[in-house]
Amino acid sequence: MEARGKVWKFGDHVNTDDIIAARYLNTTDVKELSAHCMESLVQDFPSKITRGDIIVAGENFGCGSSREHAPVAIKGCGISAVVARSFARIFLRNSINIGLPVIELAEVNQLDEGDEVEIDFESGTIKNITKNKTYKFAKYPEFLQGIIKTGGLMKWVQEKHIKSE
Amino acid sequence: MTISEKIIALHSGKEFVEPGEFVESAVDLVLANDITGPLAIEEFEKVGAKKVFEPEKIVLVPDHFTPCKDIKSAELVKRLREFAKKHGVRFYEIGRVGIEHALLPEEGLTMPGDFIIGADSHTCTYGAVGAFSTGMGSTDIASSMVTGRVWIKVPPTLRFNYTGKRNKYVGGKDIILYTIGKIGVDGASYKSMEFTGETIRNLPMDDRFSICNMAIEAGAKNGIIEPDDITQAYIEEVSGHPYELVLRSDEDAVYENVFEISAEKIQPQVAAPHLPSNSKDVTEYSDVRIDQAVIGSCTNGRITDLRRAASILNGQIVHPNVRCIIIPATQKVYGQALKEGLIDVFLSANCVISPPTCGPCLGGHMGVLAKGEVAIATTNRNFIGRMGHTESYVYLSNPEVAAASAIKGKICHPDMI
Repeated sequence: MEARGKVWKFGDHVNTDDIIAARYLNTTDVKELSAHCMESLVQDFPSKITRGDIIVAGENFGCGSSREHAPVAIKGCGISAVVARSFARIFLRNSINIGLPVIELAEVNQLDEGDEVEIDFESGTIKNITKNKTYKFAKYPEFLQGIIKTGGLMKWVQEKHIKSE
Repeated sequence: MTISEKIIALHSGKEFVEPGEFVESAVDLVLANDITGPLAIEEFEKVGAKKVFEPEKIVLVPDHFTPCKDIKSAELVKRLREFAKKHGVRFYEIGRVGIEHALLPEEGLTMPGDFIIGADSHTCTYGAVGAFSTGMGSTDIASSMVTGRVWIKVPPTLRFNYTGKRNKYVGGKDIILYTIGKIGVDGASYKSMEFTGETIRNLPMDDRFSICNMAIEAGAKNGIIEPDDITQAYIEEVSGHPYELVLRSDEDAVYENVFEISAEKIQPQVAAPHLPSNSKDVTEYSDVRIDQAVIGSCTNGRITDLRRAASILNGQIVHPNVRCIIIPATQKVYGQALKEGLIDVFLSANCVISPPTCGPCLGGHMGVLAKGEVAIATTNRNFIGRMGHTESYVYLSNPEVAAASAIKGKICHPDMI
């Protein structure tokens, strides 16, 4: 699995209200949610990005509420991965569960807005094509890889529990 | 082991667990609300699940946008109601409902030693009764509704030891805001926060709920207070039967870090926009002009909170430039406030009383801010646009400070009244 796109750069502590404000949570429709993704930080973010683009941020990305609508909106508007120095725990769980690739990387400050970046999930590498530099990232523990490989948590539950009923 | 580790071990069929270990735990209670529930139901149905693991252990609480603020939110609640009917799970209809994290303990559904998960980040509130309780997303909840289990990485524990007497007008909210101010909004990320010490031992339950409620604002997986006689009395009252204390952290439990905090140093706190960690003594923010005061939420909407707000508002009038919104967290809290004459105090002071709802805390309804407006609120988050317009501002405080500020029209210490 690979991802490639331009970097959209954000700071520390980007919270779930920044990603999708609560006033839009009166729906579960992916299209509607995606239309408001990141709008309090970057006006018209969904229409400015190109499918495949990558969000790069600092510490504690996705802190705040448990709303799964946040990773759903990010994935839905065409972002292919989020790279951050660290993630808030509920956001991390939600992303893995719904299949939005999230990567912890210490060197996020070496990725700048607009850089062209390629991620290879198999080898655990991020290549900054603009700057011609490559970084290694740690893969998830085996336990989580099992869930990711099955295609998300509910697929995993379906395999393990529902089909065997 | 710490109390959190003990509860996880007990629910994972293990005698011993240690931080960093992945385990699959049985859950005692699974919670979702009108925002997160419908997504969980969609996931549940998408994979062809036919039944929930144990209907009694699943609770759906429509509290965020209720009484429904628009057609879309009415549709969301309708989906909860229909799912609840179909699967026989617990559902609280408008008129019986309250803010989930005030309602569930009051209903006797959260017990010491329980393992509780909820699709709401403030699920960590139930640590106040000595439960291991943590927030998750909708898919995790959908999965647990099927299996009755959840995967979890055992968190390391940070111990916060508070000593000394609380200052006047200092409650659980000030203790937690002060603590988050010290460690930051990611100061306890992925970790367990255990609150202990003589200050905590002398703290009423409602203050303990406020403290554990905001553990998530430091990034924590859970917040927890070891049960004691105050917990015991509370549990016996809400459950209606005797309860024996069992769980405590071992003497030789391993903590990643221990923080010693002198309660005497804590004055009423105010956290400035746009992070809960921007907390300082209220006097540092005096003279910030406000347009609105909100007293309520899963952090500070309980009877103790309303009593404290009323003690300041009694015989006073809200400043003509301020809207003061009081939101009893549950029907029971509302009824009790009425019985004690608190509602009269609020009405006479020109406050408006809202039905139980999360409402303005997350900018939903019942007090949304316009561009440029400033609010003081007893809620838990002051992120950009949290209560309305992206150019509005929320200051977090305890109920007495919010009430005093409502009277003065600017942020002030309750002593100023």
